[in-house]
Amino acid sequence: MGLWQARAALAALLICLAGAAQALDKAAVEKLAAGDNDQKIEAIGALVAEGDPQALAVLARFAEGEVEVDGKKVEVVVNNRLRGAVAAALAALRLLAPERALRLAAAKELAAGADASMLPLVKKALEKEQDADIRPLLELVAASMEMKSGDKAQRLAAIRMLGESTSPNSKTLLAEAARDDDEDIRAEAQKSLRAVEGRLAWGERLGLLFAGVSLGSILLLAALGLAITYGLMGVINMAHGELIMIGAYTTYVVQVLFRKTSFFDWYLLAAVPASFVVAAAVGMVLERVVIRWLYGRPLETLLATWGISLMLIQLVRTLFGAQNVQVENPAFMSGGIQALSNLVLPWSRVMIILFAALVLAGMWALLTRTRLGLFVRGVTQNRAMASCVGVPTARVDTWAFGLGSGIAGLAGCALSQLGNVGPDLGQGYIVDSFLVVVFGGVGQLAGTVYAALTLGFANKFLEAWSGAVLAKIALLVFIIIFIQRRPQGMFALKGRAVEA
Amino acid sequence: MKRRGVLKLLSMSAAIAAIGLGSSSLYAQGKTVKVGILHSLSGTMAISETVLKDTVLMAVDEINAKGGVMGYKIEPVVVDPASNWPLFAEKARQLITQDKVAVVFGCWTSVSRKSVLPVFEELNSLLFYPVQYEGEEISKNVFYTGAAPNQQAIPAVEYLMSKDGGSAKRWVLLGTDYVYPRTTNKILRAFLKSKGVAESDIMEDYTPFGHADYQTIIAKIKKFSSEGKKTAVVSTINGDSNVPFYKELGNQGLKATDVPVVAFSVGEEELRGVDTKPLVGHLAAWNYFMSIKTPANDEFTKKWASYAKAKSIAGHKDKPLTNDPMEATYIGIYMWKQAVEKAKSFDVPKVTAAMAGQTFKAPSGITSKMDEKNHHLHKAVFIGEVTAEGQFNVVWKTKGPVKAQPWSPFIAGNDKKKDEPALMAEKKK
Repeated sequence: MGLWQARAALAALLICLAGAAQALDKAAVEKLAAGDNDQKIEAIGALVAEGDPQALAVLARFAEGEVEVDGKKVEVVVNNRLRGAVAAALAALRLLAPERALRLAAAKELAAGADASMLPLVKKALEKEQDADIRPLLELVAASMEMKSGDKAQRLAAIRMLGESTSPNSKTLLAEAARDDDEDIRAEAQKSLRAVEGRLAWGERLGLLFAGVSLGSILLLAALGLAITYGLMGVINMAHGELIMIGAYTTYVVQVLFRKTSFFDWYLLAAVPASFVVAAAVGMVLERVVIRWLYGRPLETLLATWGISLMLIQLVRTLFGAQNVQVENPAFMSGGIQALSNLVLPWSRVMIILFAALVLAGMWALLTRTRLGLFVRGVTQNRAMASCVGVPTARVDTWAFGLGSGIAGLAGCALSQLGNVGPDLGQGYIVDSFLVVVFGGVGQLAGTVYAALTLGFANKFLEAWSGAVLAKIALLVFIIIFIQRRPQGMFALKGRAVEA
Repeated sequence: MKRRGVLKLLSMSAAIAAIGLGSSSLYAQGKTVKVGILHSLSGTMAISETVLKDTVLMAVDEINAKGGVMGYKIEPVVVDPASNWPLFAEKARQLITQDKVAVVFGCWTSVSRKSVLPVFEELNSLLFYPVQYEGEEISKNVFYTGAAPNQQAIPAVEYLMSKDGGSAKRWVLLGTDYVYPRTTNKILRAFLKSKGVAESDIMEDYTPFGHADYQTIIAKIKKFSSEGKKTAVVSTINGDSNVPFYKELGNQGLKATDVPVVAFSVGEEELRGVDTKPLVGHLAAWNYFMSIKTPANDEFTKKWASYAKAKSIAGHKDKPLTNDPMEATYIGIYMWKQAVEKAKSFDVPKVTAAMAGQTFKAPSGITSKMDEKNHHLHKAVFIGEVTAEGQFNVVWKTKGPVKAQPWSPFIAGNDKKKDEPALMAEKKK
């Protein structure tokens, strides 16, 4: 998030510095170019220790794999170890920068773990620093460095200081100190460690909760369309997964069209309605051509829609190839929000949760607040009566099926942002969708919402506890038992429901 | 009944005709020889395997343009086993018995190789297997042109343990749930223990094929890495699950400088379509990278680029990429050609014998040699870090080719096993 600002500011800083003459430690620069990795690390340390702002430019170039010696460019291989050292060094140098944003970013970076060799620089920065946000961070950084080096009193103070932080890095350092030879340090470290762990545990719990909500929202999106076509209309639509897949491919096509324009980041705004319209159109054609003739014959519907699903898969395979296609995330969907020190909420998932909520609200409004919704509910509750009072039941069926299919298309659009888009995409979601609808109770939209969230949470908690493979099996076993005990699902349709 | 009788008659006469033609005259007719290509072109493995089919086709075109094998034109037969393991065996049988191919190039996952193995042994046909795998197998009917664990997994872990690799002390072994990751992790666990890594410093976790939600796994890795010293992740995730895995890794901000991930089944092709900027520095261990600068590789990548353009291969025509299994496939088909020409026959036992000791100037820059005995290639090992462009920057390599150890010394009982196909060893007695 702050990376770009930091980079821009860094670039500005570099430009300011470029004017100054090269008066750096020449031996260090030569080592950067030609030394082995140990010597390079040493050289980085030497360049930083001087606190020379020019070192910034040299190191930034070095991180890109280039060093200038006597006006000649030398290519160097930079591996993780060197990159980490350079990043820390750059951060340390930036602590002295005039811009607040730069200093804050640098302090955050160092707080995630830094080498003790940066201590003098951090101390220097601490003397000058007045900002209320940056100062505590720097104190923490200094403490984590003194943990290893300083005398006993310093170390104890550092341990107490770390005990108040919420960084996973402090936990690592404290865990190490908790095995120290010194009795006092060990006791103090254990106390601090417990405090930090207690706070970090919250991040983990919230993370799990978020994962559950995220999976729940995906399941909800996938199942919501089916809740209409199967739940309300009673059509066992095995091609539901393929309608999701069509939505995903529509997103892909829109994305390809937008790639040539400069509005690439906004392609989703066009992809969302497009995927709805395309999937809805396919659904309505299906209803008119095939499903209409099979109402009241569930077995034939099942077979026919299954056949259609195979045809759709093959059609997409012929059009786009059997391999997955790549749907690139727009820039605002990558990365995440640093909610807590050990909890990052990826933007893509946050967006999808919001999107699922919006779709749900939209559908609820459509079903309860519009004339079409009234008709749909009327037809599903009592078809003959609705027909008698003048509802065009056949047309309502088509519209309702189109609505369900369109929502499946929206799900496809959302799923394309998280995973793979291929002809088999729908196959992975058809079972989950039916699970959610049946578990929630056929004919109950509220049931679908609860079921999706319940299954999302259950899956994630089981996964954290027993691993992904066992979690999947356990969940299926649970559903089988549940359906045996309570075939009507979580919420049963009450009252004089019409069973054909 | 009647129709079935006719069918039976037809198939019988076809069979008789086939026997009548026999091995001697079958190829001579049109001077063509059939070669089978058995790679998934759909399903979860298509992301990795489709290009291998095209690599074989490219090599076949090249060889045919230069006069074929011993004057025979190669006719490729492509089938799609669709990432469906039992279907691999069916398609293999079809290739060998109906199409009568002289050799098959195919398979990626070990489970598919295990599925076709009995077919090749029963019908005594040849398979060239181009992918790194877990070892624990030497069949007289298979030539393994990918890496054995000691040519990929072990050097990668050794690198991460070294100072330059970040001196990793704790390990997450993460994989897709099937034979290759399970066996590799078994070997790695034994190896790590031999290096003094405690049981509590190893975490092992698996996901099903096609798994798409890596939230909890990444959260687990984060937690594990905060519990002690430097942690590294060894990933044997296969197929298209890698895309959601790396997307989640990038989005959750797990950087390579904190927790490096080294992958054994992720190459240039798998990273296509993934935004690699947040992934810079994560590693892969292979015996070839597209970024390797050698004349042989320049030629190879150029050939592939022009071939992809000419055939307008989806994706590659705009952005041609080469990777390790493609190189291994390419080496395999040329070695087969050389062996056939040495044996002056397409006969499986003769070609097998002629394969021993074959050499080929590999695009990776070394001269790769087929071991005289164990059916595996001698290969150089490279470790690369992901760059922002989706390529790999080589940060470490072996001095020269390494001989494969299909029977890993880190699995109990392997020290007694012979370093050559069992049947051959018996014959010599």
